Amino acid sequence: MSDFLKLVGIKKSFGGVQALKGIELAVGQNEILCLVGENGSGKSTLIKIISGDLKPDSGELWISGRMYKQLRPIQSLNLGIRVIYQDFALFPNLTVAENIAYSQLVETQDRLVNWREIREIAARAVELVQADLDLNEVVGNLSVANQQMTAICRALTRDTRFLILDEPTSALTKKEIDRLLQVVRDLQAKGIAVMFVSHKLNEVLAIAERVAVLRDGELVATLDREEATNERLVELMSGTRVTYSRYEAKPSNEPPLLEVKDLSKRNCFQDISFSLRRGEILGITGLLGSGRTELALALFGIDPADRGQIVVDHQPIKIRTVKDAIKAGIGYVPEDRLTQGLVLKKSVGENIAAVIIDRLRGWLGLIDNRAWNAAVERWIDELAIRVTSPEVKAQTLSGGNQQRVVLAKWLASLPKILILDNATAGIDVAAKSGIHQIIRRMARQGIGIILISDEIPEVVNNCSRILIMRKGRIAAEVETADVTEAEVQQLVELTEPRGKGEGMVASSL
Amino acid sequence: MRKLLKQTEFYLALVILLLSILITMYNPRFLSAENIFDLLKSFSVMGIMAVGVLFVLILGGTPDVSFTAIAQVAEYVVVIMTLRWGGNILLAFLTASLIGGVLGRLNGCLVNMFRVPTIIITIATSNIFFGLLYVFSQGQVIYVIHPLFRRFSEIRIGNLVSQHGVYFGLSLMPLIWLVVLILGWFVLNYTRMGRDIYAIGGSELAAERVGIPVRRTKLFVFTFVGVLAGIAAVVHAAIVQSAIPNSLVGQELDVIAAVFLGGASVFGGAGTILGTFLGILLLAVVNNGLTLLGVSSYWYNIFVGAVIVISITISAVQRIRQKKTRVKVQVDSEGWRV
Repeated sequence: MSDFLKLVGIKKSFGGVQALKGIELAVGQNEILCLVGENGSGKSTLIKIISGDLKPDSGELWISGRMYKQLRPIQSLNLGIRVIYQDFALFPNLTVAENIAYSQLVETQDRLVNWREIREIAARAVELVQADLDLNEVVGNLSVANQQMTAICRALTRDTRFLILDEPTSALTKKEIDRLLQVVRDLQAKGIAVMFVSHKLNEVLAIAERVAVLRDGELVATLDREEATNERLVELMSGTRVTYSRYEAKPSNEPPLLEVKDLSKRNCFQDISFSLRRGEILGITGLLGSGRTELALALFGIDPADRGQIVVDHQPIKIRTVKDAIKAGIGYVPEDRLTQGLVLKKSVGENIAAVIIDRLRGWLGLIDNRAWNAAVERWIDELAIRVTSPEVKAQTLSGGNQQRVVLAKWLASLPKILILDNATAGIDVAAKSGIHQIIRRMARQGIGIILISDEIPEVVNNCSRILIMRKGRIAAEVETADVTEAEVQQLVELTEPRGKGEGMVASSL
Repeated sequence: MRKLLKQTEFYLALVILLLSILITMYNPRFLSAENIFDLLKSFSVMGIMAVGVLFVLILGGTPDVSFTAIAQVAEYVVVIMTLRWGGNILLAFLTASLIGGVLGRLNGCLVNMFRVPTIIITIATSNIFFGLLYVFSQGQVIYVIHPLFRRFSEIRIGNLVSQHGVYFGLSLMPLIWLVVLILGWFVLNYTRMGRDIYAIGGSELAAERVGIPVRRTKLFVFTFVGVLAGIAAVVHAAIVQSAIPNSLVGQELDVIAAVFLGGASVFGGAGTILGTFLGILLLAVVNNGLTLLGVSSYWYNIFVGAVIVISITISAVQRIRQKKTRVKVQVDSEGWRV
């Protein structure tokens, strides 16, 4: 078997930091290779070197048996290499047909536009992947999955030999992911090599023939499918063996801290009822689009629910705005810390003090500097945030440290209830387990915690109870003591209640 | 049919129709050929400039506000040149387009160079162009212009007699407007340049990735706006038969309002020639209607302001809706009750 792409000793550094330390990697002519690695491991640098957007400091790229020291973007395209980035780079205001045909239009350099030709080009590409796309629909109206299909179709309008998909599943539902994986296999059958870059290991395991693992700019292993297991990959990616210990809440007969009854919001979730005790970590999981995030947004007052009851500490309360939620003692750590959780350009101290600013007022309503410093330093200390001083801007911190700052901000407000919505997504394994430790400690101190996550091991190991959401409803509730990760996974992926799965839901309810 | 109901153009046409019926009921003179010809003639200056504004708004959201200043400069210079050296109407159009094109291109260069919103650059250049015109003209009004403009404006197609025994016909001005509309429509829909403009308006980043010459396209658009301002300048001179240094400046907001009304979006990437035409037409009908109904023309300004607010609201709401539909929760909605 000859290789389409072979990388030999690829090195690249940015201002003294070695992003890639001599990568050796080969991709067969119609192979599906998965590239995994944590944030900052060098995945995107490697993609950009193959696409020609970056040039390597040293090393060789062999493509179809020819050696290149570096590639220019246009060269890479002409060699049949296509990259589909996370943002797709589509035109939301143009139709599917035009989006698909555009790169070919640019290539032909015609001054006039032939609409029939555009439709033909697009129809051919859509046919190739048998996508169910309306050529006349405007791309902005499509679902993320269909936008992605459009991007893939566009990549296929010109002779494609090697397709790189960068984190292609991060915003897709389970069904859509299955469809995507099928398309990737079809492309492989047509003789196209595919590199699937992802950090979601179960998808990687579902499709890869080989898995290449990057860590700190080094290719630490290339495994065949048979050798690759979830645990093995996590270990290789993080460099440490992670053993989860389960969290057990102290049993208590106290009345619940939070009670939610029949909470509903049109097109988001329906008839949600559950309770949360002091010191408990309650897990909520479900696929993308199951309503889990919408529920969190409603509890925190960002997108309030239409009807239903929320009771905190025996007090029925109305949560219409974020202010109501904060007043009721609810804190919220979002998934997207960069846009929602942090003010990146402000200092760590200012971020931590943001919620409690009103309590730090002293004489004449001015900020009491001493109280400010004391509060900020206490929480930096408590959460072991690694900064040289509270004056450091939040944007200079690593992902794990940033998320600790967001946690500190909410913990400083001494909440009764803390909601974490996929809060550890995109953080490396060590930092992740650090945050889990903090959450557990806070729970032991009596805070009620709702941990929303799509990573099954995370909820199973940290929570005492898990709610599984599906189609906007709570489909099942399980005690973690009674279940394995695989069983929870099965409950989550069940798309229609039927057969064996149905029995399981019933038994666990 | 469902597609038709989604289009701004359909609603605009409907509103124009309803207004026309309403106005005619109060004053039947509105629907006379004489009034309509007159209306088309007096709004052709704005109509021509609106096509340029449409191009800029598709490209990137914030409008060019310097086109009236450009037209003003072109008008004044051409009027003076023809007075001094004579010439013919074709030469007047060419010179005015050239002046407009050069000034517009300057806008384009600045936008490319500083990468700041169009509106900021063009507020600056508008002041510079207008200021220079005042410095050199001393604000002098030229009441007597070369007779070639009068000859041009008197060309009529058709010879009709009004109720009051006055001869009238369709002036050439609306026809020039029509030619500009057709040209704009062709460029936007059937040339790479036109599609590139829409594409850049949709996503500049994606445009760069796919290999569209973004800077060159922008330069073209701003030059085109200038050329249209030049053409509008000659039409204006022919209609008003004088050159007043501040007769056009101030109208840019009306034109921009009309283009927004026609479906252009503050976020760029949207808008059509038909919509723009209907937008101008609606302004014309409202303006004329207020006069015919004897309502104070100050109401017209309020109308223009309201139009901008409403159009911007509509495009903002559409954008929010588009964002919200991304990941949809498919709720099992059996037994849904409110």
